[in-house]
Amino acid sequence: MTIKVVKTDGDVEGRNSQSWAYSQQVKKHFFHPENLVEDAALFDESKYNGASVVGSPACGDMMKMWIKVENDRIVDCKWQTFGCASAIASTSMLSVMATENGGMKVEGALALKPQDILDRLGGLPPRKVHCSVLGDKALRKALNEYFRRSEQYDRIVVSGSIMIDPHTRITDSDIEAAVLEGADTFDKLQKKLKVGIGNKEAAAKAEALMKKYIEKYYD
Amino acid sequence: MQTAYKSHTKTLFFCCEILFAILSISYFKHNTFLYMSTVSTETSKLLRAHKKQNIYLDHAATTPMNPAVKTAMDPYFCEKFGNPSAFYEVGLQAQDALEESRGDVAKILDCNPREIIFCGSGTESDNLAVLGVARAYGKGHIITSAIEHHAVLDPVLELENEGFEVTVLPVNKDGLVEAQVLKKAIRKDTILVSIMYSNNEIGTVQPIADLSKVCRDKGVLFHTDACQAGCYLDLNVKNLGVDLMTLNGSKIYGPKGVGCLYIRSGVKIKPITWGGGQERGLRSGTHNVPGIVGFAKALTLAQKNREKESKRLEKLRDKLIHGLENGIPKCFLNGDAQNRLPNNVNMTVLDIEGEAVILFLNELGVYASTGSACTSASLDPSHVITALGLPYEAAHGSIRFTLGHSTTSEDIDFVLKIMPKITEILRRISPLNLEAKKIQQGQCKLHV
Repeated sequence: MTIKVVKTDGDVEGRNSQSWAYSQQVKKHFFHPENLVEDAALFDESKYNGASVVGSPACGDMMKMWIKVENDRIVDCKWQTFGCASAIASTSMLSVMATENGGMKVEGALALKPQDILDRLGGLPPRKVHCSVLGDKALRKALNEYFRRSEQYDRIVVSGSIMIDPHTRITDSDIEAAVLEGADTFDKLQKKLKVGIGNKEAAAKAEALMKKYIEKYYD
Repeated sequence: MQTAYKSHTKTLFFCCEILFAILSISYFKHNTFLYMSTVSTETSKLLRAHKKQNIYLDHAATTPMNPAVKTAMDPYFCEKFGNPSAFYEVGLQAQDALEESRGDVAKILDCNPREIIFCGSGTESDNLAVLGVARAYGKGHIITSAIEHHAVLDPVLELENEGFEVTVLPVNKDGLVEAQVLKKAIRKDTILVSIMYSNNEIGTVQPIADLSKVCRDKGVLFHTDACQAGCYLDLNVKNLGVDLMTLNGSKIYGPKGVGCLYIRSGVKIKPITWGGGQERGLRSGTHNVPGIVGFAKALTLAQKNREKESKRLEKLRDKLIHGLENGIPKCFLNGDAQNRLPNNVNMTVLDIEGEAVILFLNELGVYASTGSACTSASLDPSHVITALGLPYEAAHGSIRFTLGHSTTSEDIDFVLKIMPKITEILRRISPLNLEAKKIQQGQCKLHV
């Protein structure tokens, strides 16, 4: 997973009094989120055939997503997000991308990358990129849930074989890829994957695994 | 006649409202008319209801410079620009200004001018105190607290890498270091204790005189970072009983890029930078004369107005704290309510994330900050909030308002008017529903 950072016109720290920390698209989706579950009390989950929860409040990002798949297309996608402006805007943008033009095909949705969301948002400041990586995870997890409910077990996609952090759905292969992409300290790994934030057990597992891969590839 | 006018306006207002709702719904392509009040329309309503203000409530980050300070600095840029180390007239002019400033600062601190070292920032001053004392001793044990600024915490941890032993003292749930806890932590080989006077995030004021007494009784040096205290607290080093004390310009309506370290005569300390040997060899580098002049002027003005301004801000602070506590469900104060800087309000608002609140406030022209991970470069939420025994969730939802000279009662009214609405909007987006009681007890169980 390589994330190309799109430069925006101002970083969070470097902005002047008139500027906004994010792109106009981020601002639009933050203040005017689309496909949001507007009223949780009135929300009828039974209309949806896939759902997911990713992240955790301790991490500072958490997302709930519901999807409706018809004829192998995502015809509806609703969500709620706890997180910063870029997390909220990324989820909103993702829901638009998933449902526009008659709905995204399931195969296309499974292939969706954080970079695709970033591009449509007009980029995020470099250190906020991690806020956009939860959305595609939530979507994939919801699709897996749809596959389970519709008994299409062969279509369930889990990358890697050992779940390291159930909140962020980080597996051993995610950590391997991050090490290969240059994560040589736990800080860098955490920045890349958001693994084990607020979950000491997952953090310890991830760090041990990272060291194993560093040894394997670099020592 | 008046009634007719009123009902007419009412109808007109109602029509506008409906028209506006329809327009915004169609504009943002909402699928159905069932959602008359979407987050999107609520946000538009909020943002359109208020003119953009210019309410700066981040004085703990930095203060605007007092125009009188700028006037005092002005001659030292282009006219009296000399190097104070030089023996000719322009140099001596600068030297006079430098020594006059040193004298002014010494007077406020009630110390000898020779005990004042000017440097480049509060951070540099903290680093000089911690690293300088440690290296003068060469080995030993250092004590600091869990809520220190990184300017103290990080050099202390660096010293740990270099072989020094370190104890990081916990604070109680109100954010205070207890003298008894410090007393127990001091060992035979303890060389330095560094505990901040008042905290930059939660504004708690430590019992410095009590803490320094514990150290003095045991023959251990005591340093305090007083950067946030300059405008509001007593800086008399004899009353405080400190051996080293850090101050800087950027938090006291003075210039940025200048700080000072009080070093009591007789304290063993080594420089951390080497060169021209300025400041008794402890801080080499050509003096920032305008900065130092500005710093001394700012400190003098801040201390002159200290009591009056503290009283004024305390009232506004308490109005803001009580207003937020009463106006927003699941919202609580971080840090002790009494032993607190007069200008600091730090609240946790559960179920929402601080950065999102900051951006809403920004859009309405209110400037504040948060302890959320999302605004820190490290991805870690505030170590100060978590040191209070609160879980990460509480840090992510923490909002800091720090008041100052420009703050009026109307500003507080405005914040109190918009904060409940912002919270309501962001809580509608959030799937969380945390239990305030459990969070305050430090239990971080997930409830969704």
